[in-house]
Amino acid sequence: MNNEQRRRERLDRGIKVRTDGLYAIMSLRELCYLTVPRLVLIVGMLVLPLVMPSMYWQRVISIVCIYALLALGFDFLAHFVGLVCLGGAFFIGVGGYLAAILNTFLGFPPVVTIPIATLLGGAICTLLLLPCLPLRGVYFAIVTLMYPLVLMRIIEALNILGGTDGIMGVASFANRWIEQYFVISMVVLFLFGLRRLVNLDIGLVFRAVKDNDQAVRASGMNITFYKAIAVFVASCLGCLGGACLVHIYMWSGISLFALDFSILPIAATVIGGAGTVVGPVLGCFILVPISELLRAFGTLRIVFYCLILVAFIVFRSEGIMVYGQRKYHQFERWVTI
Amino acid sequence: MNNQPILEVQEATKSFGGIVAVNRVSLDVRDGEILGIIGPNGSGKTTLINCITGFIKMTSGKVLFRGKNISGKPAHKIADMGITRTFQIMRPYYSLPCYKNLVIPLFSPRAKRTGGWRGGGKLGDRDTVGIDILEEIGFERDSFVPYKIASTLPTGYLKRLELARCLALKPEIIICDEIFSGLSMSEIASMVPLIERLQMDGITLIMIEHRLRELFRVANRVMVLNFGEKVIEGSPEEVMADDKVKEVYFGSEEVEEVMSHA
Repeated sequence: MNNEQRRRERLDRGIKVRTDGLYAIMSLRELCYLTVPRLVLIVGMLVLPLVMPSMYWQRVISIVCIYALLALGFDFLAHFVGLVCLGGAFFIGVGGYLAAILNTFLGFPPVVTIPIATLLGGAICTLLLLPCLPLRGVYFAIVTLMYPLVLMRIIEALNILGGTDGIMGVASFANRWIEQYFVISMVVLFLFGLRRLVNLDIGLVFRAVKDNDQAVRASGMNITFYKAIAVFVASCLGCLGGACLVHIYMWSGISLFALDFSILPIAATVIGGAGTVVGPVLGCFILVPISELLRAFGTLRIVFYCLILVAFIVFRSEGIMVYGQRKYHQFERWVTI
Repeated sequence: MNNQPILEVQEATKSFGGIVAVNRVSLDVRDGEILGIIGPNGSGKTTLINCITGFIKMTSGKVLFRGKNISGKPAHKIADMGITRTFQIMRPYYSLPCYKNLVIPLFSPRAKRTGGWRGGGKLGDRDTVGIDILEEIGFERDSFVPYKIASTLPTGYLKRLELARCLALKPEIIICDEIFSGLSMSEIASMVPLIERLQMDGITLIMIEHRLRELFRVANRVMVLNFGEKVIEGSPEEVMADDKVKEVYFGSEEVEEVMSHA
């Protein structure tokens, strides 16, 4: 009988270990190992609007970035704080309507409306979600899914804020270059900002809440407070996206509460690699353009879209970035045991 | 050790629906002593300390900490006052390295108040303090153990990590929920001096335990619970000699063994 089995062994590359500390600045090779992936990402995103063939595709890039902001917020909440939030559309809607109101009724330019809509929207979303914060897991997910639906029906039924027609005549960005580079720089900023945040001491508290909230309580910390901070960060991201979206489309309507904004970021996170922060952004850059390309198939678009999603989940369930980071940092070999 | 009770529980009662898990239990702990709580499975020991530490709400009764009523306060407020606890089923932050596990209690308001260490910073002050505490509790500083991810640690270290989390808060009372269970004999042997040292440092301890021999070695007083009610309270010798305790632990070899040694 043959008891020998083969197993894949994974080992960290020497260069990964060397670049962990101060030794990273000892040689060009190590420096490149650290900086090239980040530079590729940043430069790639900055070049993207220049290489797009048409205005239509440039607009797609802006939309991708808005989804990326949402996906960043989702990944942060779900994998670093343990709150699975299906309320992406809620954040977009609140941010969008706030920006539209500030712009059309009060006459503020986008430079003012976007920061205000981001911070104020984040505060409003956090306040509204406050009663749900003690909930965990699937319960929190279901409740947050309800929020955009509720707001949408309220606007529709009471016929406030333009009712089903929405608020029209919202000012646009000064020109399309400003529009694109603004959203792109926001994505890059928050991408690296969040990565920094989760490794700070307060970020460790967030991760601890995910791992074991009872132990955090036993450490003398109010978990609801820290969850509220995390939700504020994520909802600010969403509201920023919403405010940009409204200024891009020059219109704010109840379609801002559409389910797409809640679901697509999750799909992007699954495809890109959960818990990597950069994965969800990558996922958006794959999913949204695919969905645009598939428009050629007309009504069958969703079918192909689903097939692609299923294929990803079956064959690469860990996500692109998790797979990519593993290949980058480790080498594999077969050992017999 | 003085005679002022640091923690006083008056007629604590907790019922889950019709089941009364803890029935009018009163106890007091004096500053600097070690109180043991023993009892068979399901006798309400853990429920009692859950009530004291605010993890569940008492049905009725009062908890006084230094004469101040703390019953009904949320768990984090009670921990903030210095009543810390360990969990029977260890609750480390599995995805974080051991020393990073201690950054969380060190980040708490109480630690910021009592500790005096500067926060965060580029020098990673909390990390250093964390490693110091881990060394105190039996993690070799120069080994790789403090840097390992908590999910890869064996039970013995996780139990110590639970204690370390309490120590990071500079506690006045530590309530240990079965800190010896699941440990090997040698691990227990190295844990007992640790408990004794905590007492010498002036920390009051309440220990729920099934390992009677080790408990009786360190405890000043022992309380026996059965079916949520207090059977007897007294010095370890008194408790061992009591007939009702033998009845509660009928058939338990360990008690007989302990008693034959007594």
